[in-house]
Amino acid sequence: MTQIFGDYCEGEPNSPEFLIIGFSPSSVPLKQRWRNNGLSADFMADYLTTFFLGNEENPASMRRQAEIKSAVGFVANELLENAMKFTDERSAFPISIQLQLHPNYLMFFTTNSVEPERIASFQTYLEELTSCDPEDMYVRQLEKNALEENGTSSRLGYLTMMSDYMARLGWKFETVQKDPEVIAVTTMVQLPV
Amino acid sequence: MEIKTDDYRICYDPETITVFCQGSLRLSGMAEYAPIAELLDDIASQEQSPVVLDLQGLEFLNSSGISMLSKFVIKVRHKKTVTMIVRGSKTIPWQGKSLKNLQRLMPSLTLEWDE
Repeated sequence: MTQIFGDYCEGEPNSPEFLIIGFSPSSVPLKQRWRNNGLSADFMADYLTTFFLGNEENPASMRRQAEIKSAVGFVANELLENAMKFTDERSAFPISIQLQLHPNYLMFFTTNSVEPERIASFQTYLEELTSCDPEDMYVRQLEKNALEENGTSSRLGYLTMMSDYMARLGWKFETVQKDPEVIAVTTMVQLPV
Repeated sequence: MEIKTDDYRICYDPETITVFCQGSLRLSGMAEYAPIAELLDDIASQEQSPVVLDLQGLEFLNSSGISMLSKFVIKVRHKKTVTMIVRGSKTIPWQGKSLKNLQRLMPSLTLEWDE
């Protein structure tokens, strides 16, 4: 089974410039390693700045470098937070995040397993997300969150990327193991730079 | 009043009705944000005006944190007599992209930028 939502595309699997970080669910439970998300996202953001060198005599280039660093940190952190929150802890399927460099954009791919019973509601949400006006839906979501006292998920990560960072997003669901069945989702974010 | 960890510091100055958020806020969801949300709720319920939200030292905010701050703005908006000022920093890129959303929630909110 393979299902696609949004603007999913594979990018360049053989891109010469990429970075992948993988997390095994076997050791410490992933949900207890929350701090790792921030550390990994900051690392990706720092690492990337070497490709977008700022020149101190050129304030515009320094600003651009800071903008890219901040955007990468935000996107990578949100993707990792989601992957850690929604991974199916009963499966041994690892979580990964990949960053690819392209001339005018960056591509992120996170892959994680999904609990089978959560897939239907997740896909309904993705259908809404990919057919909406992101700015309108963003404000509606903020108002909705304010009415919920104990909402577990803010549902703002993808929307913020779309509405504030002009990112294009897509998702691929695929069966990666049978008996017991494991379904993985790969989330793609294409960020203009 | 102050909430402080290695990663962030939230403090409230009742004299100026100003809440300062500094550092990196990337807690794992609403439950973890609850102590900060309670502090913000208290400030909103005092109905003093103007309420100032100073974010000039807030380097990083995750989406759960965005949700928490927007709830605060909506609570203040419900107090019809209270005005609100949000102070942002031009040197922190996420603020230039995302703080305008708070103003969309509360059009009378004033955004002030440092340079």
